[in-house]
Amino acid sequence: MKLTVWTYEGPPHVGAMRVATCMKGLHYVLHAPQGDTYADLLFTMIERRNHRPPVTYTTFQARDLGSDTATLFKTACHDAVDRFAPEAIIVGASCTAELIQDDPAGLAETMGLDIPVIPLELPSYSRKENFGADETFYQIVRTLAAPQDRTAHVTCNILGPTALGFRARDDIEELTGLLFDLGITVNVVAPFGATPADIANLPAAHFNVLLCPETGEAAARWLEKAHNQPFTKIVPIGVGATRDFIAEVAAITGLPCQPDESRLRMPWWSRSVDSTYLTGKRVFIFGDGTHVVAHARIARDEMGFEVVGIGCYNREMARPIRALAKDFGIAALITDDYLEVEAAIEALSPEMILGTQMERHIGKRLGIPCAVISAPVHVQDFPARYSPQVGFEGANVIFDTLIHPLVMGLEEHLLTMFRDDFEFHDENGPSHHGGPAPRPPQADSTRSISDQKKQETGADIMVWLADAERELKKIPFFVRGKARRNTETFAAQKGLAEISLETLYEAKAHYAR
Amino acid sequence: MNDLTPPANGGCRSAPVLKERGQREVFCGLTGIIWLHRKMQDAFFLVVGSRTCAHLLQSAAGVMIFAEPRFGTAILEETDLAGMADAHTELDREVARLLSRRPDIRQLFLVGSCPSEVIKIDLARAAERLSQVHAPHVRVLNYSGSGIETTFTQGEDACLASMVPVLKDTTARELLLVGALPDVVEDQMLSLLSDMGIDNIRLLPARRIDDTTAVGPGTVFALTQPFLGDTHAALERRGARHIAAPFPFGEEGTTAWLRAIATEFGVSEDVFDRVTAAPRARARKAIAQAAEVLRGKSVFFFPDSQLEVPLARFLTRECGMTAIEVGSPYIHDALHGPDLDLLPAGPQISEGQDVDLQLDRARAARPDLTVCGLGLANPLEAEGLTTKWAIELVFTPVHFYEQAGDLAGLFSRPVRRKSLLQMDAQA
Repeated sequence: MKLTVWTYEGPPHVGAMRVATCMKGLHYVLHAPQGDTYADLLFTMIERRNHRPPVTYTTFQARDLGSDTATLFKTACHDAVDRFAPEAIIVGASCTAELIQDDPAGLAETMGLDIPVIPLELPSYSRKENFGADETFYQIVRTLAAPQDRTAHVTCNILGPTALGFRARDDIEELTGLLFDLGITVNVVAPFGATPADIANLPAAHFNVLLCPETGEAAARWLEKAHNQPFTKIVPIGVGATRDFIAEVAAITGLPCQPDESRLRMPWWSRSVDSTYLTGKRVFIFGDGTHVVAHARIARDEMGFEVVGIGCYNREMARPIRALAKDFGIAALITDDYLEVEAAIEALSPEMILGTQMERHIGKRLGIPCAVISAPVHVQDFPARYSPQVGFEGANVIFDTLIHPLVMGLEEHLLTMFRDDFEFHDENGPSHHGGPAPRPPQADSTRSISDQKKQETGADIMVWLADAERELKKIPFFVRGKARRNTETFAAQKGLAEISLETLYEAKAHYAR
Repeated sequence: MNDLTPPANGGCRSAPVLKERGQREVFCGLTGIIWLHRKMQDAFFLVVGSRTCAHLLQSAAGVMIFAEPRFGTAILEETDLAGMADAHTELDREVARLLSRRPDIRQLFLVGSCPSEVIKIDLARAAERLSQVHAPHVRVLNYSGSGIETTFTQGEDACLASMVPVLKDTTARELLLVGALPDVVEDQMLSLLSDMGIDNIRLLPARRIDDTTAVGPGTVFALTQPFLGDTHAALERRGARHIAAPFPFGEEGTTAWLRAIATEFGVSEDVFDRVTAAPRARARKAIAQAAEVLRGKSVFFFPDSQLEVPLARFLTRECGMTAIEVGSPYIHDALHGPDLDLLPAGPQISEGQDVDLQLDRARAARPDLTVCGLGLANPLEAEGLTTKWAIELVFTPVHFYEQAGDLAGLFSRPVRRKSLLQMDAQA
């Protein structure tokens, strides 16, 4: 038993729903009580889907438990097949149905349906959403993929994108365009938008592009083994990764692969002088493994940030994230406990977080700007505009995404110069976000910072002398936290119990970059 | 002025009810935790359940705004199921850890879920044991919010019903008002009653555990929410008497609800009129403005919160709409009867759900407004229907006079929006 408040991933049957909902001609019969239908709103509200997820819930109640939940399952299964006429169905159990052990797979097999029935075994009490999606897609592919000849010209499949994925819709379009540029046609995108018939045709492609390892890797590995299709290991998010991906595709296909980079603006945007202020910004990166790997490289090599911490919530990706952290000389945080993530962020006090919707909330509480780079998603992660992450346009989009939460370069200087000005007031936040109205500077609070700190932590703490404290308040909000922490760390290292104006500036000099 | 004019063609109380059973597109009772934990400021709700329960709570209302909410899920793991770990020992450990971290918690609800009920974790026993361990500082109660037992708002019913047996005894003649309301609405309600001279009022749930809500044979109670059937029964078992009335939605409903209480307490007609005249006039005016676009339009209710019958009464009688179907998860005559009496005959009253069949009926009827859950709203909009998501009716202050206009506005906004959006070429 583990106490959980917020979760990064839902249960595995929600992963199966992500696969079913993004496909066409597939129906999911889910043995589940009422209430589990809440998951429909993830798709209809968060993703604004204009159709109900193709899921039939058997909706058993307490009074059914003593009698015949198995018949209920069979009836629901029959009704679903009659009403929705799918090309294939997947059948499985949610967490509660797993406990009553009705064996939906066995039941469905005995029904003599004339369409493929794909049983799912998704252990609800040990695995989670990404596993559920990966396993479901794998089972669908394994059941339906039909041996066949390769296409005459070079083609590939794009594997992994699902409903509720981070920018899946636009990544598919961008990647398809990039591959077309390289002279490669996309055979099938799956599961997103694919029908069971499309899945059968997967083996016609020459190789697979694994766009979302979290949800497509098991299928990609199986296709490699069973149908001799190699798959790409690099996810083309970021300029460098996209160029590496193109080289990888060239090696697999033997094609020259000369991409058109004329729309790639990101490198110049990053080199241009306005971006100088980004240099060495301390960032903390957390999300699913794939996006964290990509963004760590972007942050360090393409934005000039300093990466102070990385981590992921999906244990399946623990190994690559640990290896990457070692390469960066930092510690990796592998956890799905958001309190641990919050504690890590608080301890590191980064200037920006690249995270998920969970870290956005953490950032809000701690006053640290956050850009969302990974699932779990919310409604704002499904923009109306074209907004891919992969390829060259994706790199452009990511540049904008990463600078949006920050105070703009020149504004930083204005805030520093006129920090008591009524308009460039410190507490207004970045001017392009529409924060509170300009306020006249307030009289100093009677509570000193030290008092506040004492109340917050209850621990013995540095004493800030009045002049140092006044000076600290003059530092703009977006660096004040760091300045305070650096000064306290510096003072602790020097064995000082009090912080004077002198200490503050000595610390500033010590940490100067 | 007589408010309770029954409809000329008779009401719906004796109309045949279409009872359906099949796939239900509704939340389970755990969802109630989202508003209950805000209402009871010293309570923590600990769901003993699965990752699905935790995911539901976080998804249902997009509530991640609360830094450290007073609810959480003790997620059962493989070891708990295989009997390798004793669920009760595990639960004791998690509760001890939680309470030591949160000294502000004075009452703890252990909330049963589908998995905890299927594997038969005895939460009543656990609550008793934990109460002894953590008394007197913390009171531990239990109830079921599981989807195999409860539909959406029934979670609140189960929670309040679990509190009734531990309420203090009283012999005093008191009015007990039952149902969680937003504070602003609760204050309005109390001030209306107090202006009529009714002051011996207790609330269930009280905002804090130290409040002295009591019950006994002198207690009369009124429900502010139409989904409190079990609480109703539990209070009657304690000797309290129910004041049956339409629910306080809209000007008419509010007046009828207040009048039933005023009659019980012998408030004179003069006093009643003096207290209610001004807010009634305001409510009528506000409804009239908001309801302009609703007049003559048809409405179809999918079952969601059990608010459907009183809301259909409000929309038909005060906003000029015609009801095609009024679906409710449960129809409880003692609670919904007075509203059904006033609802003009005509609509299909349905109880329970087979969502695919009901969708067929809605598509055939093409209502001007469909009231439904979040899972159905966008798909129906995409088919050209206009929808109002039902959950907003539960999460928004809609009771009593001053909110009557807002309530009409919740229904009129989607209709107005539809007529506002013009994206075709003008030429």
